Amino acid sequence: MNETYSALAAFAQTWGLLYFVALFACVLAYALSPRRGQEFDAAARLPLSED
Amino acid sequence: MPQAAMGAAPDPVGVPRQIQKSLTFGEGGLAATFVLLALSSLTVASGAETAAYAFHAYLTALASIAAVFVIINHHVERPAALPAREIDGRPNYNVGPVKFATVAAVFWGIAGFLVGVIIAFQLAFPALNFDLPWTAFGRLRPLHTSAVIFAFGGNVLIGTSFYVVQRTCHARLVGYLAPWFVVLGYNFFIVVAGTGYLLGITQGKEYAEPEWYADLWLTVVWVTYLLVFLGTIWRRREPHIYVANWFYLAFIVTIAVLHLGNNAAVPVSIYSPKSYIVWSGVQDAMVQWWYGHNAVGFFLTAGFLAIMYYFIPKRAERPVYSYRLSIVHFWALIFIYIWAGPHHLHYTALPDWAQTLGMTFSIILWMPSWGGMINGLMTLSGAWDKLRTDPVLRMLVVSVAFYGMSTFEGPMMSVKSVNSLSHYTDWTIGHVHSGALGWVAYVSFGAIYCLVPWLWNRRQLYSLKLVNWHFWISTLGIVFYISAMWVAGILQGLMWRAYTSLGFLEYSFIETVEAMHPFYVIRAIGGVLFLLGALIMAFNLWMTVRSPDVEAAVSPAQNPALLPAE
Repeated sequence: MNETYSALAAFAQTWGLLYFVALFACVLAYALSPRRGQEFDAAARLPLSED
Repeated sequence: MPQAAMGAAPDPVGVPRQIQKSLTFGEGGLAATFVLLALSSLTVASGAETAAYAFHAYLTALASIAAVFVIINHHVERPAALPAREIDGRPNYNVGPVKFATVAAVFWGIAGFLVGVIIAFQLAFPALNFDLPWTAFGRLRPLHTSAVIFAFGGNVLIGTSFYVVQRTCHARLVGYLAPWFVVLGYNFFIVVAGTGYLLGITQGKEYAEPEWYADLWLTVVWVTYLLVFLGTIWRRREPHIYVANWFYLAFIVTIAVLHLGNNAAVPVSIYSPKSYIVWSGVQDAMVQWWYGHNAVGFFLTAGFLAIMYYFIPKRAERPVYSYRLSIVHFWALIFIYIWAGPHHLHYTALPDWAQTLGMTFSIILWMPSWGGMINGLMTLSGAWDKLRTDPVLRMLVVSVAFYGMSTFEGPMMSVKSVNSLSHYTDWTIGHVHSGALGWVAYVSFGAIYCLVPWLWNRRQLYSLKLVNWHFWISTLGIVFYISAMWVAGILQGLMWRAYTSLGFLEYSFIETVEAMHPFYVIRAIGGVLFLLGALIMAFNLWMTVRSPDVEAAVSPAQNPALLPAE
């Protein structure tokens, strides 16, 4: 029981953490990428641009 | 339900008029399912172990039979062709279920605020419990919390999500009966839950009181909700999925997961309302507060942030201040919120590291919360002057300010040393209500004030002056409420930990209860003011729908021709 716990905790504290950090880095890259400037400007106006 | 068909307008262009009317799979299947549900409910009713449970079984049978009649009647009366997805190249929006949810929200809101006022007076004057089980504080309190959170808030969320997803996807809601099943089924769940509390049926988990059969029903309704929402996004004609839809989706998916996890219970028998949870001891407590805190995070926050991201730009006629920030806001919020639950269990049997984890994540939550608040407020840049003239926008903006305030207070209270003073005191109640009244209810009122004229095709509200009255009366009510609870809570906490020079507790418990009396009275008065504001709103909305004449009486300020060009 204790070994299972330690193994799971060790996994969560290393790979789990890295996984979340990497995932969040992807989010930041997506959100801040200069290429998407125009797309996001249009998206920001979406509520205003409906019929 | 028949209004939906009438709202569905003329025959679609290009579709042959001589369509043979046939029972759709949905109509037939749903009617058959309800026949079966009615029969099994009657079977359960015949052997029910308690009268309250038999009442629920009969109620379900009755509602199922009514549903069969409505479905068949609706089929007979509707035109042969189902409502078109588009008319003349423009989406044929489905507004019937949105209207129903909006009306239900106003109704349940007032009912929930009223019960809140009653229990507030019960705390100040215990004689108002009347020594009856059905009117005891212990039964009315979950009635109040469920009515305001799930009945009022839930209907606002379902209604606005169905509206916003259609408008921002440029697509008609998926499903013919499904959206109606979601709104009516959800409200039936509310009725079962609420009557159950009064009759003494509860599983005793805060914000998850309904018993196993109500939970099963809600699961079916909720999965349908998810499918309708996802299907509409799938059908979208606008390539980008607007950020509000992300927030709604996170709300729907997470609530489904939380609901299943926290209600993993085994019923004693199909004839008994009683069930036992599979988790035990401290694990049960942890699952409960993982549920409880994320009900706050995903029901009362993510869902209402979706409202913020649609209705504030719309009302201010300004784009979202920073769309990039809104994306970071979304992902950061959902990444972090889910870990904050353990702060409800400080200084309990929960392992210390878990408590510290909950506290740490609560503090990190400051960042996405305030990022979102700044994004909402700054959306007004270039339109701040509208706050002076438009009380609806003022309500929306003040709600975001309250969001900022309570998301500052919450992390502060989650710090263990602060929590040792605040936990179990009325400070918590004050904190919850600054969020619930100031943020959730205000952003909902703002959205409802916007929605009603749009849904019923009115140019504007019956009276902006009444919105102003609503705003100031209920703001005064909130201030009474939260300041009374802050003082009460801190006083209570300090009295509990006061020692004499000999090391004895200075105050008996009943002395600390007596000290609360004046604050409980002030709080109840605050509640009365808040209820009064909601009644003014209901009157205003009723008059908006009733009087089509307002269209003629447009003031110059409201005339779009006089606005500066963009």
